[in-house]
Amino acid sequence: MTEVVQAPHRSIRNPLAGMDDRRRQMVILAIVVVLALVYPLIYRPLSNAIPAVPWPGTAVLVVCATFAILALGLNIVMGFAGLLDLGYVAFYAIGAYTTAFLASSHFGVHISWWIVLWIAVAAAAIFGVMLGAPTLKLRGDYLAIVTLGFGEIVRLVFRNLGDITIALPAILGGAVLVGPNANLTGGNVGINPIDPPIIPIPGPWGASIVFSNQNVIASWYLVLALLAITFFICRRLRDSKLGRAWMAIREDETAAAAMGINTVTTKLLAFSLGASFSGFAGAFTGAYNTAIFAETFSYNVSILVVIIIILGGIGSLRGVVIGAFALLYVDRTLLPWLGDNIVNAPMHDLGVSTGQQILADFKLTTYNYLIFGIVLVIMMIRRPEGLFPDASAKAEMHGVGIAAEVTGAGDVELAELAELETVTLDDPEPLPEAEPPPDAEPPMSELPPGSASPPPPSSAGPGTQA
Amino acid sequence: MSAMAAATEPAGDLLVATGCTKRFGGLVAVQNIDFTIPRGSIVSLIGPNGAGKTTFFNMITGLYVPTEGKITFDGVDITGDKPHEVVRVGIARTFQNIRLFGNMSAEDNVLVGLHHRLKGRWFGAILKPPSIIREEEEAQARAQELLDLVGLGRRRETLARNLPYGDQRRLEIARALATEPKLLLLDEPTAGMNPEETRRLTDFVRELRTRLGLTVLLIEHDMKVVMGISDRVTVLDHGEKIAEGSPAEVRADARVVEAYLGRGATSEG
Repeated sequence: MTEVVQAPHRSIRNPLAGMDDRRRQMVILAIVVVLALVYPLIYRPLSNAIPAVPWPGTAVLVVCATFAILALGLNIVMGFAGLLDLGYVAFYAIGAYTTAFLASSHFGVHISWWIVLWIAVAAAAIFGVMLGAPTLKLRGDYLAIVTLGFGEIVRLVFRNLGDITIALPAILGGAVLVGPNANLTGGNVGINPIDPPIIPIPGPWGASIVFSNQNVIASWYLVLALLAITFFICRRLRDSKLGRAWMAIREDETAAAAMGINTVTTKLLAFSLGASFSGFAGAFTGAYNTAIFAETFSYNVSILVVIIIILGGIGSLRGVVIGAFALLYVDRTLLPWLGDNIVNAPMHDLGVSTGQQILADFKLTTYNYLIFGIVLVIMMIRRPEGLFPDASAKAEMHGVGIAAEVTGAGDVELAELAELETVTLDDPEPLPEAEPPPDAEPPMSELPPGSASPPPPSSAGPGTQA
Repeated sequence: MSAMAAATEPAGDLLVATGCTKRFGGLVAVQNIDFTIPRGSIVSLIGPNGAGKTTFFNMITGLYVPTEGKITFDGVDITGDKPHEVVRVGIARTFQNIRLFGNMSAEDNVLVGLHHRLKGRWFGAILKPPSIIREEEEAQARAQELLDLVGLGRRRETLARNLPYGDQRRLEIARALATEPKLLLLDEPTAGMNPEETRRLTDFVRELRTRLGLTVLLIEHDMKVVMGISDRVTVLDHGEKIAEGSPAEVRADARVVEAYLGRGATSEG
């Protein structure tokens, strides 16, 4: 009816807006990539030129990127498939220990890191299935508790297998199967050193690029490449049939099954593919630090990754990556800087003058989780969809208006939309005695009119039948 | 009934349930039901609230495993099959309380229905070879067809939860049709609809049968719909089948009248 109005409306708003959006995104992406590549080279001059700003060091960025990989992996499990996993650190640990076992003097195995990386990925994926299989029937809180336990078990196993003796009972001869006092995992001391990734440079000098914390800039490019691969794969998965199946399960598992989705294999794929990325992160971290300790893989790491996802925008790839960089930057650079330059000294003075030891010893960095907790609570109240949410998440939290805009439902005439909604809102229930449709058969003659008309839950029909 | 009977092909029974019983602990929800759905027919399942209609639905679609009894579909025993396996043999359903994927677009909802027809695997999703790209394009075209069929062609991008109620019902049917079923199970499709919407939906179900050759099993409370559309009506009460036959026969059945009148005042509503 309003073709004339609609046509310009469509041509002005949708295609152009869509194109602008895409172009803008490409430009932003290009800028981000260039900045990421250049930053380590300009970090020194930059921080010398403008010392008032707490610039993150490249080593901090490496940690940020590692956590971005972890967050993208967990985002598959939590953001796409909607499975609350609080033990994600376990796969990180498994990836790191796999690397340590296969590329260190601990067992005397020295496989090239470039191969070990994929073994670590496979190991994490296999353990993902091992965690997923028994927990398939669990949802929400129950799944959270089991995964939390799994995370702790893995950490304790790595810690305690540093000194183990397994022997048959005395009745069976008492033969020692493992040990005595075998050191499988290095225990509390961990495994050190681990071979870092190396690319030999051809030529007469016998030089090579070593990607360890001795060469932070090279490592930054390596972890950036890993992050790019992870991001790319996550995006492909999200936009695929499998991604839709995950989201369907997240939305309504029963309905998903009723539409032909095998929920068992689909959830296991979420667990294993999600876990495999932490294999990336684990293999990188182990080799980059050239050492690992069981205590690195504590429950805090799982929680930190969950906070990253929620802060960045659950389900949103871009949001999760930005969340990782933001949170780890705050944790590793901003809080120490704020503490050293602004907060710690006055608190110390205050503590000394009032005789409060707790204030005299004040270190802002020790309160990082308190601060994250407060931020999280504020986020839940003010912006539950996260800082950089998906279109759908934004719609979920803020209702119809935004959704129509974001999803580009602009080609539906607004008048029509309003009309339809008025109908459904004004007339939510069928009228018991409305005029019969023109071509419908007459109501059942033997039954009273009340039961011949639709008996909706709140209709007065049944009462009048009595 | 009159015109509909002619359309029914006497090609045997598509679904046969024999001696189906479902107990939840001590509660017998469905008791020893024999039930058949002739190919190409529209069969309605009616009965007062709590009569076991939805439980019976859930047994057919694999959400519940029958305590006793056997269900065969198109000659294949599907007793105890998982829901996704039941979809694959050709049974699709809608839900009494609409269960769309609310935060997914209308198109994505239908694409989920197409899921088991697509061959791509997870590594295909990552590598995206031409075959997957083509498959995905075909799926999108098919989804558009289905959305057009139910009159939602222009709501492709709209989130399911933002659709008006009637459109949600229709989207649920489109999603079910995407699985390419032989048998479509509709659980109270006109619940909450006004008379005009109800009439349109009834016409639509008839049209589906003629155009797609579907067989339809309907749970419905609206007697006008039931009597107008059904070839056969089965009446459940307290988990037992108390009557079966043409709408006219069922209407005349003393037990049916009693079930509705006797229970109506106390339990319905």
